[in-house]
Amino acid sequence: MIATENDAYQESFNQFQTEQSATAPAWLTELRQAAMTRFTELGIPTKRIEDWRFTNVKSLAAKPYQNVQSISLASGDAEELLQRAKLDDSFHRLVFVNGHYVSQWSTQHELPEGVVIENLASSIRENSGDLQERLSLETSDEAAAFIALNTAFVNDGALIDIPEGVVLDRPIHLIFLSVESGQTVCHPRNLIRLGKGSRAAVIESYLGREGEGYFTNAITQIELDKSADLDHHKLQHEQTDSLHVASTHIDQKDSSEFRSHYFSFGSLMARNEINCMLDGGEIVATLNGLYMPTGEQLMDCRTRIDHAKPNCNTYELYKGILDDHAKGVFNGKIFVHQDAQKTDAKQSNQALLLSDDAVVNTKPQLEIYADDVKCTHGATIGELDENALYYLRSRGVSKDLARKMLIFAFANDVVQGVEIPAVRQHLETILLSSHGLPDV
Amino acid sequence: MSSENALLEEYAQREYEHGFITDIEADSIPAGLSEDVVRLISQKKNEPEWLLEWRLKAYRHWLTLEEPNWHNVKFPPIDYQASVYYSAPKQKPKLNSLDEVDPVLLETYEKLGIPLEEQKVLANVAVDAVFDSVSIVTTFRETLEKHGVIFCPFSEAVQRFPELVQKYLGSVVPYSDNFYASLNSAVFSDGSFCYIPKGVRCPMELSTYFRINAQNTGQFERTLIIAEEGSYVSYLEGCTAPKRDENQLHAAVVELVAMDDAQIKYSTVQNWYPGDAEGKGGIYNFVTKRGACRGENSKISWTQVETGSAITWKYPSVILQGDNSVGEFYSVAVTANHQQADTGTKMIHIGKNTKSTIISKGISAGVGQNSYRGEVKIMKGATNARNFSQCDSLLIGDRCGAHTFPYIEVRNTTGKVEHEASTSKVGEDQIYYLRQRGLPTEDAVNMIVNGFCKEVYDVLPMEFAVEARKLLNVSLEGSVG
Repeated sequence: MIATENDAYQESFNQFQTEQSATAPAWLTELRQAAMTRFTELGIPTKRIEDWRFTNVKSLAAKPYQNVQSISLASGDAEELLQRAKLDDSFHRLVFVNGHYVSQWSTQHELPEGVVIENLASSIRENSGDLQERLSLETSDEAAAFIALNTAFVNDGALIDIPEGVVLDRPIHLIFLSVESGQTVCHPRNLIRLGKGSRAAVIESYLGREGEGYFTNAITQIELDKSADLDHHKLQHEQTDSLHVASTHIDQKDSSEFRSHYFSFGSLMARNEINCMLDGGEIVATLNGLYMPTGEQLMDCRTRIDHAKPNCNTYELYKGILDDHAKGVFNGKIFVHQDAQKTDAKQSNQALLLSDDAVVNTKPQLEIYADDVKCTHGATIGELDENALYYLRSRGVSKDLARKMLIFAFANDVVQGVEIPAVRQHLETILLSSHGLPDV
Repeated sequence: MSSENALLEEYAQREYEHGFITDIEADSIPAGLSEDVVRLISQKKNEPEWLLEWRLKAYRHWLTLEEPNWHNVKFPPIDYQASVYYSAPKQKPKLNSLDEVDPVLLETYEKLGIPLEEQKVLANVAVDAVFDSVSIVTTFRETLEKHGVIFCPFSEAVQRFPELVQKYLGSVVPYSDNFYASLNSAVFSDGSFCYIPKGVRCPMELSTYFRINAQNTGQFERTLIIAEEGSYVSYLEGCTAPKRDENQLHAAVVELVAMDDAQIKYSTVQNWYPGDAEGKGGIYNFVTKRGACRGENSKISWTQVETGSAITWKYPSVILQGDNSVGEFYSVAVTANHQQADTGTKMIHIGKNTKSTIISKGISAGVGQNSYRGEVKIMKGATNARNFSQCDSLLIGDRCGAHTFPYIEVRNTTGKVEHEASTSKVGEDQIYYLRQRGLPTEDAVNMIVNGFCKEVYDVLPMEFAVEARKLLNVSLEGSVG
């Protein structure tokens, strides 16, 4: 049975390999082929698999999506979307349309020496560095099938290298648009590497146009060397008829710091995974997220933190606001390995249900194999606080406005963690408009 | 026996004091499982046709199932054909009073600390003792019957109250529920049956003592408790088994039904043989326990102290069907040496204003692995449902593990669910403080651990609380220092 569903992908893959055969280095052709074989073996996950129990990805992923080989940019849709995605012109910007880099829309300001911000396709053409090794991502985790699929079609994305000691003052904004007509799929792959003591901020934005429903299957790989510091943002604004499956893999070394801010607004089904490997001492990792599904949307947020070495601290806060028939899934895994003594891990998931037809599934999960640790997790699900509502109403605020204020305040906790003003303002505007609050 | 051996023996005895084997002639059937075995068990029990049919349905369904593999425990595959599915001590066919029970058996129970004779006079607890597959004796029957309470072995209930058994058997845990429940439904041998009529407050605590004695046997008992409108019952369950090098399977099913305003309090002290320090032998305790709060304002409360078994796999659950019904789960689970536990609860909120509380305390020592796995589900119609869960883990030693897998699902805006979990170790400063005041390390640890479990002990019936405390100390012996 698996074979039939994967036919569209297989056909698309054969075509892709043929077109790429002239330009792709031999190792890449092999890597893609091996990944496709792996994908065929694994198949699209079903609900029978524990990690996909609440997310029936098969209903959307098994459509005959077409891989876009070249882009036309003929319609005005792309430019309009781009305007919506832009945050600040002072940012370094890389724009990708249906998985392909668009140089005329991208801007690169002056860069310190040694800093590389370019697109993956051109690095592949130059066949530079250790790309082969970096693209061979281990596929043992729960998103294995989609990682294999991404690797099979790996072609473009962002490649960011910040050398030792460099502090990048401007954020790097990566914009991924899906605008081509038909049921399209793209597989962006982003590689980010920060050298010792360097510092940077990255924002990923995902948008698309209305149509027959498209599929974005993205991977971001992040390597942080000793004492490096990365502020990572992801703004998921995909069209509400699309499928978004993404995973971010972070490998941290001693004393590095990583902050992730994930905001999920779009897609019909959005599955986002963050895998944090703390492979060193004194590491700090902060994972914050906000998901606000409405209508028929399903948002599945998953995080996995591996405490492999001693003395690391992790903080996690995920909040969800669910309305209409929406579904929200949260799965937060924390593994504390045997050597990871003196670990301090805190995790919290809070969900607000605004409709009786909405469903929340929460599974915070701790697996601890060391004894000298402090690990806590908390999960709360409920409606708005009656006392707070009463307080506001007794001060003359209408019931409707009081509700909206409390919803805004609930979500704003996560938004306030964002340090870049342009991003924060953008999010505040969305929050205010999504609940019809007057601009304050 | 050389003196060295004797010493060793004595030492081993201290680790698991209920590890003796009772030398008693048993009526066992050959090992293996087939439709014929199911028929044979049914025949031995002189069961009515409908029950045999039910067993066979369960057996046929079991054949289609695969062993679950989602749990966080590891064990070699079980050969279900190597186990003996029926073993009964040979004795006179019918018992009228305690005097007719084989004295060897009574001695066994005395060693276990439940002198049936003594209890008859002193303690106000009615005991149903189950030895391997059959129920040996039920004390205090007359007193109970005066109040209209039925408390008897399951096999007897099948004969005497077939319509009650037929009505409720499998109504909470259907034969198709899960792999081990299906197996139990096919081959269950005995257990306790308890019926509290309308408006009756059971005059004493009811208790069942389970014991596995014969080698290579599995114990598959079934307990069914029905509390009619406005009634109350407190039920205690205790278990032990001899020390053997092979792993023995225990797959029980417990069903509770509470009607309007009824209350059932079910307490377990599980002390099956946990295996030796190297992880050899021990009981595989794969149990399905579930209660249904059918009526309004009904309440079911599970309290468990799990110190034994090589592997524990159990999730006592409550289905909160009636409006305003209450479900509670208090648990202490200890895994020392090579023990593994994957235990927790399920609270399914269906009725309005239903409430549930989950307090789970996991203690891991040695290379023990302790997992809490629980599910809280608030269905669409469950307006104003509340749940509070707290799962704390205590780690002793750096080779053990503590894990939590809580599942939360909410489908109603008015539902409120709170879940908290924490993991910590016995602090060196705490031990230091107690040692400074003259306590040996071992006592200090015991004191800290008992304090950690206090919330659960507080809800245990008195005599169980004492036993639980003692058991915990024994289980953790030698895990510090």
